[in-house]
Amino acid sequence: MPQPDTSPMGMIAPEASAGAPRASWSRKGKVRATQVGIVAVFLVSWEVAGRLAWIDPFFFPLPTAIVERLAEWFSTSEIWGDIGITLLETVLSFAIGIVAGTALGIWLGLSAFAADVLQPFVKVFNAIPRILLGPIFVLWFGLGLASKVALGVTIVLFIAFFNTLQGVREVNPVVLANARLLKASRLALLRHVYLPSAASWIVSSLRVSVGMAVMGAVVAEYLGSSAGLGHIIAQAEGVMDATGVFAGLVLLSTFVVTLDRLVDSLESRLLVWRPMPAGEPDA
Amino acid sequence: MDGPSVLSVTLSGVAVRFGRFTAVSWVDLHVRSGELLAVVGPTGCGKSTLLNIITGLQRPAAGTVAIFGKPLTGLNDDSGYMLQQDALLPWKTALDNVGLGLIFQGMPVAQARERALPWLRKVGLEGFESRYPHQLSGGQRKRVAMAQTLIMGPKIVLMDEPFSALDVHTRRLMHRILLDLWQEERRSLIFITHDLEEAITLADRVVVMSAGPGSRIIGEVPIPLPRPRNVSALATTDEFLHLYREVWGLLGAEVEKSYAAARH
Repeated sequence: MPQPDTSPMGMIAPEASAGAPRASWSRKGKVRATQVGIVAVFLVSWEVAGRLAWIDPFFFPLPTAIVERLAEWFSTSEIWGDIGITLLETVLSFAIGIVAGTALGIWLGLSAFAADVLQPFVKVFNAIPRILLGPIFVLWFGLGLASKVALGVTIVLFIAFFNTLQGVREVNPVVLANARLLKASRLALLRHVYLPSAASWIVSSLRVSVGMAVMGAVVAEYLGSSAGLGHIIAQAEGVMDATGVFAGLVLLSTFVVTLDRLVDSLESRLLVWRPMPAGEPDA
Repeated sequence: MDGPSVLSVTLSGVAVRFGRFTAVSWVDLHVRSGELLAVVGPTGCGKSTLLNIITGLQRPAAGTVAIFGKPLTGLNDDSGYMLQQDALLPWKTALDNVGLGLIFQGMPVAQARERALPWLRKVGLEGFESRYPHQLSGGQRKRVAMAQTLIMGPKIVLMDEPFSALDVHTRRLMHRILLDLWQEERRSLIFITHDLEEAITLADRVVVMSAGPGSRIIGEVPIPLPRPRNVSALATTDEFLHLYREVWGLLGAEVEKSYAAARH
């Protein structure tokens, strides 16, 4: 934890016995060992069940086969191109969605008139299942990058928008009054009061946004493209290659977990000013 | 420089109404330049309204407001206002919160921090520069807020029950810090409180307001206690107790009235 001296955990620590840190270490170790055990048992029984033909390896490819397939993919540099494309699509839809959603959220948060006028439209657009826009975007923007980014943006934008709106509306009125008494201009209020307040909401929604951006990119790739992780999975599925589909899923999960880690470290950096919520599990 | 006779704030026949509700019916108030004035009164007597009048946030329904002899139109550029509640920006460090007004004026951040640093020292928070408000105690946050108000060099400082949420000991510490800072560069300070002891400890003069609605000033007591004052020893001296009785003689009846009004 970055600030052990102020977190509730830190307050308790001095009262705890000297053996506490070691106890928590061994607990951590136990948790990790149990997790590894579960995965090992699961994979081994899957492998064994497949080899004994209790389950059909055609539909449930052996874990070793999946690993082999992944090794095969990574033996050429082609796979990095696919990962790179998906990453680019994710980052672009993420960035555009966040910026547009934040701008929209601030506008509607500060202008009651705009909010009253636009609120129903926002609700209607948000009610559309975004995945279904995928085929339309492929028609409109073609098989390239644009259709993937467009789909991702429509998802991320709303998450950022709702969180920004909330952040702007939840600005503490006393803090706002004080900033006004210190003669803050409208621009200064936006920069030093509204935006940071909204930022805390946006940042806490980053993880969801990143996951959604990946989903938008991959689904759009799946619907029609010539590269990317979604394309790999779609291709494998097209030739009834379950091993390829599973290998693609493993690759995709690893991709998302890696991004998640990045967001985690970004979040703790951006929100240092915030008190640690009580009882937060040790990640 | 301003002589002792210069008036920083002049309220003449000021009345404040909110719709048909009369909050303040008639106030004549003269604050001398460099004077520390305490305003006491029962809850809901319109003390805070007076400060809003002086900052220009609220227009009086009748009467005139003059700041250093000039009628007040729009916002008062000579005043600094310290609010009762916590109002620091939670996402800025103590140092950046102190320099906030300077940044709002357009000063570069680095320069604002340089100016803010000695102020943090003045309120006894050296070494706390990079703490965020949630990492400070209530009293420490008040000190940051005090520095935040005073760094702007307002000629008239307005404080609205700034220490009411603190415990007695922390409050005494705040009084000491405030008096030290005020002694350094005497500005006009109008201090609103419902705590008589606080009022007498700090002020040159205590003004007593009547119970609302339609409150007015019902009397004032000059506090001739010598300065610099020893905040912790003061409250037990005979002069202090004498002054306390005198102010309470004015205030007590009003407090009873506001209790009675609250019961009906």
